[in-house]
Amino acid sequence: MDFISLGTFVQLLVTGISHGCLYGLVALGFVLIYKATEMVNFAQGDIMMWGAFIAFTLTSEFGFAYLPVVFLTIFVMAFFGLLLERTIIRPMIGEPPFAVLMLTIGLGFVLRAVAGMLWGHDEKEFDTPYSIDPLVIGQVTLDYEQLVVVGCTIVLCLGLYVFLRFTRFGVAMQAASQNQLAAAYVGIPVKRVVAITWCLSTAIAGVAALLVAPLQLIYPGIGFIIGIKAFVAAIVGGFGSLAGALIGGICIGIVEQFVGYMFAGAYGETSVYVLLLLMLFIRPQGLIATLQRKKV
Amino acid sequence: MRFVLKTNYAQDVNLFLHNGQRFWYGLLIGALLLAPFFLENFYIGELTYLFIWVIAGAGLMLLIGYTGLVSMGHAAFMAIGAYAHAVLFKLGIPFVPSLLMAALISGFLGAIIGVAALRMTGIYLAVATISFAFIIEKVISAWRPVTGGHRGFVVPEPVMFGVDFGSDIVFYFLCLVIVIAVILLVMNLLRSPIGRAMVAVRDSEISAQAMGVNLLQTKTLAFTLSAAFTGLAGALYAHKIGMLFPENFTIILSIKLLMLVVVGGLGSVHGIVFGAMFISILPQVIAILRDFLPAWFAQRRGLEPLVFGSILLFFLIYEPLGLYGRWVKIRSYFTQFPLIRKSTFKRQKSYLRTERVH
Repeated sequence: MDFISLGTFVQLLVTGISHGCLYGLVALGFVLIYKATEMVNFAQGDIMMWGAFIAFTLTSEFGFAYLPVVFLTIFVMAFFGLLLERTIIRPMIGEPPFAVLMLTIGLGFVLRAVAGMLWGHDEKEFDTPYSIDPLVIGQVTLDYEQLVVVGCTIVLCLGLYVFLRFTRFGVAMQAASQNQLAAAYVGIPVKRVVAITWCLSTAIAGVAALLVAPLQLIYPGIGFIIGIKAFVAAIVGGFGSLAGALIGGICIGIVEQFVGYMFAGAYGETSVYVLLLLMLFIRPQGLIATLQRKKV
Repeated sequence: MRFVLKTNYAQDVNLFLHNGQRFWYGLLIGALLLAPFFLENFYIGELTYLFIWVIAGAGLMLLIGYTGLVSMGHAAFMAIGAYAHAVLFKLGIPFVPSLLMAALISGFLGAIIGVAALRMTGIYLAVATISFAFIIEKVISAWRPVTGGHRGFVVPEPVMFGVDFGSDIVFYFLCLVIVIAVILLVMNLLRSPIGRAMVAVRDSEISAQAMGVNLLQTKTLAFTLSAAFTGLAGALYAHKIGMLFPENFTIILSIKLLMLVVVGGLGSVHGIVFGAMFISILPQVIAILRDFLPAWFAQRRGLEPLVFGSILLFFLIYEPLGLYGRWVKIRSYFTQFPLIRKSTFKRQKSYLRTERVH
């Protein structure tokens, strides 16, 4: 293991950041749900995988151009979120968090199995207009796909922050999460808020899917792995904080790339989990902590 | 309907509530003792698997059902138990000490996670245990000189006091004895101060603490015992499957164990057995179903996870108390026949209030 040259260092850093942004993006989806409903959606990665397959089908089967595919995918995913909320999440409002956690794990299984049946288990490729020759600066090769990921993530993050902080609906969402009963008393339609939150979250999963698809091959198991890493990202960053999810994602993305380079590639993935366990031992509240109070 | 009038304390802490229970459980044990002499080898094998699932399920039930700590990485403890036992036994350590040491090693690693669990709740713990399981899986496949990695590890035939335990019937009885011991241990534990402390921690950590329960001690103990039981199950599982691969102990196994606990019924000892029956019978049912389904559908990969996942969803939405909860409802319908009221088992919903301070 020699000392890394500057070119490789920057290369690893950029790849790490772009992967990290992806993890952060998936994490955003469930942090949003967590903030609004205190539910933890373990199927977020698998929902994203569906988005990738929907985008793939729209391009290869129906022959749509890239831009319509983007809008259609996000629209279909938002509708999918509404459908999920209405059929299986709404009966669970008011149930203990553990039950919801198990429910989403089961949902992930079902989504993966159905995707495998519909689209098969082979790996599929998804091309975009910007899948062209990479940009070369000195020793560093920058794929446009990676740059687009980073750009989109930043824009989406800022947008969400503004939405939650300054719009009427964003404030209603925060109120509903702080106290459902009180929110209902002051006239906030709590059920509708929950529904729209899910809708928004699956739409974000759709965006993440569109960004993941050109970077990696698509197969039914892809969502689970990315989903788990997104969870690690959210925990490292501090669950319940949008910025935390993004920072955590970038952290584990970079660590994964560097460890994968220095040791054999397979250890990169394991290093993520080691990092998480260390983090939980040292600073369990995450990098950006949200204050907690315990109640009886 | 049966009323049991308790007149002294001994009656209250008795394992059996009344003679009817004594009769039925006696009958069950009698049937299990006689079963191998009447059944084909295939069914003896399936029953042995059932026992192994019950032991592993008892471990997880103690943790999730009684202490309220969610572990999604229990396959790791099963793997540790399996490999520890197989390696120690191959080194020449006698069967029983090796089995106990496997449980001990697994329990020790459980204790480490348990200490960390003091500061984690819910989702944090779930993801931490998943990560732990991934790391253990990686260690097993990378530590080739000891575990054989992906080439597999051949588990030697079980021999105890010079007697070969390799035959199906003898191994069946070994597992039966261990299952009964584990269930008795769990039931006694739950009646002891430790068990009561666990339930108190599950219901409310702060109330438990206020009443003088030591959280660190209780959570660590729960994790240790849980891991030890699961490790023991893993050790027996190693003999049953004969050849160990890292692929035997993936996240799928962890989820299967979680399903066992949820579908069986959280917080009940009966639930462990019902859940174990569920996960050992379901694959057979799916195999039979394949013959009746249209060919294009039945031959697809993923039918099993689909059925497993859908059943999990169904139970969580419609019967969160699991198979045992359903059984209690059916039983009370018949025992109180004309008097049963629909609202007896009404589920309580609670309005959410966050514990985050904004």
